[in-house]
Amino acid sequence: MTTDHAIIPSPQETGQMPGFVTVEVMGKKYRVPEGITVIQALWYTGHEMIRGIGCLGGTCGACGMVYRMPGRFELLNGLGCQTTVRDGMWFSMVANYPAAQAQYRVSDLTNAKEQLFELYPESARCVNCNACNRVCPQGIDVRSSIWYAVFGDFQKVADLTMSCNMCGLCITRCVADMPPNLIGLYARRAQGALYAPQAEELGRRIADVAEGRFRDELDQLLTLDPAELKARAAALSR
Amino acid sequence: MATDSLTESRERVDASRAARKGQTVALFPPAEKEVLLQKYHPDYKAEAYRALRIGPNAGQKTVHEVADLLEGDSPVAQADLKSVPDYTTDLLIIGGGGAGCTAALTARAAGVKVLLATKLRLGDSNTVMAEGGMQVAVKPGDSPVRHFLDTIKGGHFANDRELLKVLVEEGPSATQWLLSLGVLFDRDDDGNLRVRSGGATSTPRLLTCKDYTGLELMRVLKDALINEDVQVVEFAPAVELLSDGAGRCTGAILKNLDNNRFMTVHAKAVIVATGGSGRLHIQGFPTSNHFGATGDALPIAYRLGAELAFIDTFQYHPTGAIYPEPMAGLLVTEAIRAAGAQLVNRLGERFVNETDTRDVVAAAIIRECVEGRGVITPSGRRGVWLDAPLVDLVNGEGTLDTRFPNMRKLFSRYDIDIRAESVLIHPTLHYQNGGVKIGVNGDSTVAGLFVAGEASGGLHGRNRLMGNSLLDIIVFGRRAGQAAAAYAASTTQGPATLDHVAHFRDALRQAGITAPSASPRLIPDYVRREEATTRS
Ligand SMILES: Cc1cc2nc3c(=O)[nH]c(=O)nc-3n(C[C@H](O)[C@H](O)[C@H](O)COP(=O)(O)OP(=O)(O)OC[C@H]3O[C@@H](n4cnc5c(N)ncnc54)[C@H](O)[C@@H]3O)c2cc1C
Ligand code: SF4
Ligand code: SF4
Ligand code: FES
Repeated sequence: MTTDHAIIPSPQETGQMPGFVTVEVMGKKYRVPEGITVIQALWYTGHEMIRGIGCLGGTCGACGMVYRMPGRFELLNGLGCQTTVRDGMWFSMVANYPAAQAQYRVSDLTNAKEQLFELYPESARCVNCNACNRVCPQGIDVRSSIWYAVFGDFQKVADLTMSCNMCGLCITRCVADMPPNLIGLYARRAQGALYAPQAEELGRRIADVAEGRFRDELDQLLTLDPAELKARAAALSR
Repeated sequence: MATDSLTESRERVDASRAARKGQTVALFPPAEKEVLLQKYHPDYKAEAYRALRIGPNAGQKTVHEVADLLEGDSPVAQADLKSVPDYTTDLLIIGGGGAGCTAALTARAAGVKVLLATKLRLGDSNTVMAEGGMQVAVKPGDSPVRHFLDTIKGGHFANDRELLKVLVEEGPSATQWLLSLGVLFDRDDDGNLRVRSGGATSTPRLLTCKDYTGLELMRVLKDALINEDVQVVEFAPAVELLSDGAGRCTGAILKNLDNNRFMTVHAKAVIVATGGSGRLHIQGFPTSNHFGATGDALPIAYRLGAELAFIDTFQYHPTGAIYPEPMAGLLVTEAIRAAGAQLVNRLGERFVNETDTRDVVAAAIIRECVEGRGVITPSGRRGVWLDAPLVDLVNGEGTLDTRFPNMRKLFSRYDIDIRAESVLIHPTLHYQNGGVKIGVNGDSTVAGLFVAGEASGGLHGRNRLMGNSLLDIIVFGRRAGQAAAAYAASTTQGPATLDHVAHFRDALRQAGITAPSASPRLIPDYVRREEATTRS
């Protein structure tokens, strides 16, 4: 298998040499083509990796990483599959952070908004340091989501955290030692299972199916000859 | 950043936008559609295919990449099989994506002991990446019958109709199950589930969680699973199934990727839910799939004698990003075309009805590129424009922000604002239409072996309709979980041997297949080798 799909088309194919930048991978310097992602740079420099790669599309949160840029004092975070290399960048992948995950079954929750404080007592300890917001690669207002959870506005939590990919970078930074993403997920699930409105049309459709309302027509489609089936399908207006 | 010709071409797209806005392009009439597909769709490229020489599907054709897996050799030797197993369970589930988690939750609820082994982390999957939505006939004006007809039309009338009937009838109750776990689908103001239109359906039917539908499903399923009494083993892909020597599946061999040691699992029943195969890069295509999508179900089930179905057809999603380079292959959801984004060639002209079936739209894009009306990126990829700004023009400002926040974010990481700029796309390898042949309970042709999700074949015929796969993994994940639990409860653990592998090796030899490569592949090899460095 060629590697071009994942790294970059080779200069032979494009007829032009890419520019290069120097990066420091876990303390060693390498020259890599500009414009590629951190994960692609790891492949380019020969690192065999299993952990730290999932979707390669910014949605699974497997690839949290930490980096510094020359001349800047801050420790920066990002997703390895979404962050392009820059000259002088120093990076390494973030190890698995064990998080204290509460045990619960949403269907057994009787008063989810109160039970939050039994399952995640630390949720009330936010000191507004804003570290979570600064670190979140999805741009989520994590801090507010924690306060909405604490005040019982789970719908607001759900609205704020839809794009959370559970990368866990907020856990690595929270000075109150809480797992903000897991607290958000708890609130989301409780909102969906316990507080969301009944979907009445869905309920009616389930009842119709149970009564066998579509059975005869579907059974007929099972045996229809292909030409008739085509005609039936074509008759549906677009 | 963009080269001159890219900029010029994009300006032509901007210039023709107003004129294109109200314009309709007719759907391909059936006869012309066949001609187009034959000429440009990768599924019709004869030299990409060969006939299988051994196994249950011998004589049938598939692409070389899949044939290599099916005619490959097992990575395990007799000595790797331990007489004292590392794990013993009622039910082993292989694969921790949407189908695997759903099956595990269902089987656990049915009372059996469940072990789930997966290749990467739990939930690292194609499921988590799904953006567009899940098709369920919930609206009063819609019906399961209509869903059936739309699907079979999309599938070239080849779908297994029994499976399809189950899908459309059980869709609503599967949705209810997801709601009860806490999945937050988008709602109408009156509290009902909101539906959106997808390509190639006769009525809007997509349930969505913005453009994070798969992420929301996976997040919830995973959280639900780790709160149940199910043992999960991560970074431990299955590399071989075990059999009782008489054709029944009795366990598997896993490979611990942290220390490269093999582990033996004894199980009364096994569900394979390992998903698709985009990372095989069939015919050299880039892919939208996750890192672990290497089609592992196919060789391990095949060696045990399971029949496969529709393994000659793959879905090339019309719109994979090709620029900027790090995004190559990444999916741009079809829902954006349903919302009005048009496909436009280098000259600023439309060339296909954007809501036609995926295979037709993909073939039409390839035609534009082959006939010189495509755009070439600085790194040499070819494609056409997707006019995203049109979405806000048609539906009102803010539509891209509220309905496609993920796509907005992904492109903005490269300073591309899709509210103002068209983006470059080309078909990307997206979905394995076929797989291990199953019946309505996820049962394969091998006793004790069940298959669910993208790894299975039959439901989608020759072309999966958008949004049917998420429904597939829930409906058939639940069915397989139920049936495999019942099967496990009604049987005793049989001997767990590699006899079938020995037979398969004999068959390879007899067919004259020498030096087969090892399969399953597990992980795509993207690591740049030293010789490649000196070469360039
Ligand atoms: C980018 C993208 C967008 C999509 N959008 C939509 C959409 O909008 N609507 C829709 O209906 N469908 C969509 N699909 C398709 C749909 O998401 C998938 O087909 C479906 O989720 C597959 O689910 P699955 O559980 O069968 O496989 P997956 O979710 O891929 O899960 C398979 C799991 O098995 C693991 N695994 C693989 N090999 C092994 C092994 N040997 N041993 C152990 N574990 C293994 C994998 O790591 C993975 O965790 C999309 C797909 C992609 C890639
Ligand atoms: S909220 Fe936390 S876990 Fe979620 S995306 Fe942001 S940093 Fe990652
Ligand atoms: S990091 Fe923790 S303490 Fe700081 S604002 Fe976020 S939740 Fe609060
Ligand atoms: S690999 Fe999934 S977010 Fe980066």
